[in-house]
Amino acid sequence: MITISQTIKAIKNSSAEDVVKQCLERIEGSKYNTFITVAKKEAIEAARNVNVHLGPLAGVPIAIKDNISTKGIQTTCASRILGGYVPPYDAHVIERLKEAGAVIVGKVNMDEFAMGTSTETSHYGPTLNPWDTKRVPGGSSGGSAATIAAGEVPLALGSDTGGSVRCPASFCGVVGLKPTYGLISRYGLISYANSLEQIGPIASNVEDMTLLFNVIAGHDPRDSTSVPGEKDYTNALVDDVKGLTIGVPKDYFGDGIDQAVEKSVWDGVHRLEDLGASWQEVEMPHTKYALAAYYVIAMSEASSNLARFDGMRYGLRLEKDHDWHTTYSEIRAQGFGEEVKRRILLGTYALSAGYMDKYYLKALKVRTLIKQDFERALKSTDVLIAPTMPTPAFKLGEKISDPLTLYMADVNTVPVNLSGVPSVSLPCGFSNGMPIGLQIMGKHFDEETIIRTAYTFEQNTDFHTKAPEVA
Amino acid sequence: MREESLKLRPYLDEVGVMIGLEIHVQLNKLNTKIFCGCPLDYHDDGPNTHTCPVCLGLPGSLPVINRKAVEYSIKVGLALGCSIEEHTQFYRKNYYYPDLPKGFQITQYDYPIASSGYINIEGEDGEVRIRINRAHMEEDPGRLVHEGGSIERSKHTLIDYNRSGVALLEIVTEPDIRSPKEARRFLDKLRNILGYLDVVDTTLEGSMRVDANISLAGGSRSEVKNISSHKGAERALLFEIVRQKNLLRRGGKVVQETRHFDEARGVTVSLRTKEEAHDYRYFPEADLVPLKVADWAPGIAETLPELPDARRQRFISRYGVTDDHAKSLTSEKQVADFYEQVAAEVDPKLAAVWIADVLKGELNYRSFSIDAYASEKMVQLVKLLAGDKITEQSGVEVIRTILDEGGTPDEVVAAKGLLKAGDDLVTAAVEEVISKNPGAVEDYQNGKHEAVNFLMGQVMKKTKGRADAKEVRKMIIQRV
Amino acid sequence: MITTKDVEHIGWLARLKMEEEQLEGYADQLNSVLDYFGQLDEVDTREVEPTYHVLEMNNVFRDDKVTDCLTRDEATGNAPKTQDGYFKAPRIL
Repeated sequence: MITISQTIKAIKNSSAEDVVKQCLERIEGSKYNTFITVAKKEAIEAARNVNVHLGPLAGVPIAIKDNISTKGIQTTCASRILGGYVPPYDAHVIERLKEAGAVIVGKVNMDEFAMGTSTETSHYGPTLNPWDTKRVPGGSSGGSAATIAAGEVPLALGSDTGGSVRCPASFCGVVGLKPTYGLISRYGLISYANSLEQIGPIASNVEDMTLLFNVIAGHDPRDSTSVPGEKDYTNALVDDVKGLTIGVPKDYFGDGIDQAVEKSVWDGVHRLEDLGASWQEVEMPHTKYALAAYYVIAMSEASSNLARFDGMRYGLRLEKDHDWHTTYSEIRAQGFGEEVKRRILLGTYALSAGYMDKYYLKALKVRTLIKQDFERALKSTDVLIAPTMPTPAFKLGEKISDPLTLYMADVNTVPVNLSGVPSVSLPCGFSNGMPIGLQIMGKHFDEETIIRTAYTFEQNTDFHTKAPEVA
Repeated sequence: MREESLKLRPYLDEVGVMIGLEIHVQLNKLNTKIFCGCPLDYHDDGPNTHTCPVCLGLPGSLPVINRKAVEYSIKVGLALGCSIEEHTQFYRKNYYYPDLPKGFQITQYDYPIASSGYINIEGEDGEVRIRINRAHMEEDPGRLVHEGGSIERSKHTLIDYNRSGVALLEIVTEPDIRSPKEARRFLDKLRNILGYLDVVDTTLEGSMRVDANISLAGGSRSEVKNISSHKGAERALLFEIVRQKNLLRRGGKVVQETRHFDEARGVTVSLRTKEEAHDYRYFPEADLVPLKVADWAPGIAETLPELPDARRQRFISRYGVTDDHAKSLTSEKQVADFYEQVAAEVDPKLAAVWIADVLKGELNYRSFSIDAYASEKMVQLVKLLAGDKITEQSGVEVIRTILDEGGTPDEVVAAKGLLKAGDDLVTAAVEEVISKNPGAVEDYQNGKHEAVNFLMGQVMKKTKGRADAKEVRKMIIQRV
Repeated sequence: MITTKDVEHIGWLARLKMEEEQLEGYADQLNSVLDYFGQLDEVDTREVEPTYHVLEMNNVFRDDKVTDCLTRDEATGNAPKTQDGYFKAPRIL
């Protein structure tokens, strides 16, 4: 895998343009179907013109998940209904990246409209896990994590609504952060579930992830849910956990958790203990309802967020127009994949007259209880550590036929989105050659502590030095 | 208005017509739209030239509330006697229509910004209070053009999103209105108040749009949409009353439905698409945070101008004008301002007559606004009339001439020789006419009183219209 | 329990055209997920307020100042059908 510091060195030795060209070559030869759109011309031009003294990301190539708006570069959300859509504006995070001199090389694959845990619902075919091409890279930001694991680019942006940054980070053995809700502007992030999602930085190691996070986090007046203030998170890159109290929620080690995963995560906790931290078990009794609450809320919001796709201003339009309502229904039936349709139907139902109280409002109340679980658990602890995913990456096609089975894989990631707390996933072991990830969760706006914990763990283990054999 | 003369309308199911109105007021005196910085001056520009990712609803765009739109909404709420909500927030109203780019409208549902107000109007039998249930903020959809002219005959629909995202304040009344005429009066009064507040330019197309709900004798109500003028509202409601009465008389039932008002044909048409019962699935807009702005209300209340009803009372007590005149003079803020400027320098009662009864009529006839006539000119004119220097007819002529050709009253009077004829001249003219027309005099003495008019005409001709007609008539009758 | 008739109704509410043969399959899938959602009934939420926003933020505004618009070409550039600067949509009825 490639790091920022390697990239900066290479730029010094040659040029940003050469480095980007090599990156583009790797992408072109990719066997993993990581990219939907490669922005070759734009990338080379940007690299040619970049001022390499701008800062830590100057000249560094970065891949962008295809649900983030990039001006002049096709943005599809991996859906047929948005095929060919070229946004006339950049997302806020893209503006920040450009200001920092980062070079956007293209848009990476994802589950359609970010709905999925395996990148198998993409209209452009699944992305393959570089560690084992018969397995999924995780989702929905599968392309983002796989492209880093495959050593194609050093940095990527994903988005996390119910685990979509952390899951692929875990399955691909890389580092991914879901920040506190409100820290990274959502202006330009194509909405799936707007009260749950955040853009997340992904990299091959904690320092790189933090440098990227530093650039994209911060207030944006165009996002009403964006919190004021700017911080320098690189101050958290300290190898020290003395006195840190770790909470281990037993509710995150349920029946579905793979033995190897459980062992690796506990090994991780004990490693931190050796380094001066202490741990205690914490109770988070409403965890088992989080999955249902999450899906009700996410699907409800999705049913509304996706209502705008009608083929009038962008996207798919069929040859023949009938009357408005019929045309609209046909376009959507043909443009959306099965999983997206299912979620829109369920979300519509959960909000519909007579059912809103039972489903949507009920889920919002359960959400309150889950949020309170976190507040209680984090009163006496600094961070919580748990497995990111119940298993390592599963095989392609293994879980896709029954939606519920796939949903169950999100059991450890969704509570984090419901409560809005930050969580970082990083590799903590291997099982039959496949990476295992643990996630470090923290208090709202306390990214510093989880980054410090992650950094310390990483610096005192060697999982981050492993990479798959790239085809 | 005296409190004891007001009647609070009870909600009676058995009493005839019940009308409720939903008025969408465009806050078009803002500089920008409700959730984005696009400007509002699109009326002379082509379609889709005043849009951005937010008001186009492009994927990934997010709304941010215009602070001034909230201030204006509170201002209107206060002027309508509403309470301002402690905690107010926005909701999504989910439905599909080509003018709605996101597939939902950001509006308010629970916790609207203002509620429980009223407007007093001249009812069918005395002054009546029409209660206002709520006023809430929302965004305007785009504008549809039905190619082919009407919604039924169009081959396709053209969409212009320049209007999409303009701030709207939706004002909803209780069904206290009892007739189409009352509805029209309510709308006129509301427009008047809004003009005073200077938050809406009501002369712009689309600035006040009305949906009317009407039911007869407590039966099902029909909703009429697409009403764009106050006259249109009255016509649409009249049509509905007749339609519903006929339906009931034939033994049919009035269905609860939405109907579209066709202004050109003066009829309402059923929009019977498959959209039977609307399930809007209202839920809070997560891209916006709630507002706690009730504490803005006292500060905004201080900026409220004197409102029409209060001003009307003051005109009566301070200037001694009649209630009718006071109503007419306060019907538009600019006219009221004009009146007070003039009344500061001349006899207020005379000024009232000449502004309310004469000038307004002449302006209306020419579709002019009060700007077309300078207040100093009115002062000049009233002085001439007060000093008995010109006749009333001459006064009217002066106004008309100034409006059509320009000039000042003194100039027009001089140019047209309108100074009143002196008494001797008139008397001489009268005596001459009487002596020269014995036939007419005899007719009059024999009972044909219209003959006086002939004699008057002759005198006026002789004095080139400079005699005062009333005086002449008196003089003739005295002598014959 | 959702019936095929319910699926048809929800499909209409969501504007997703469905063929007759698809209705039963959808009903099965939706029912199994809704069954799972039913667990939420077990939770006692009588004294609990819903969480609409995880952050306790209020009063975020922008000033009433004009910002740049898109040009007409930018605004309509992605539209499949346009006419004289308008977006072209099917007839309503």
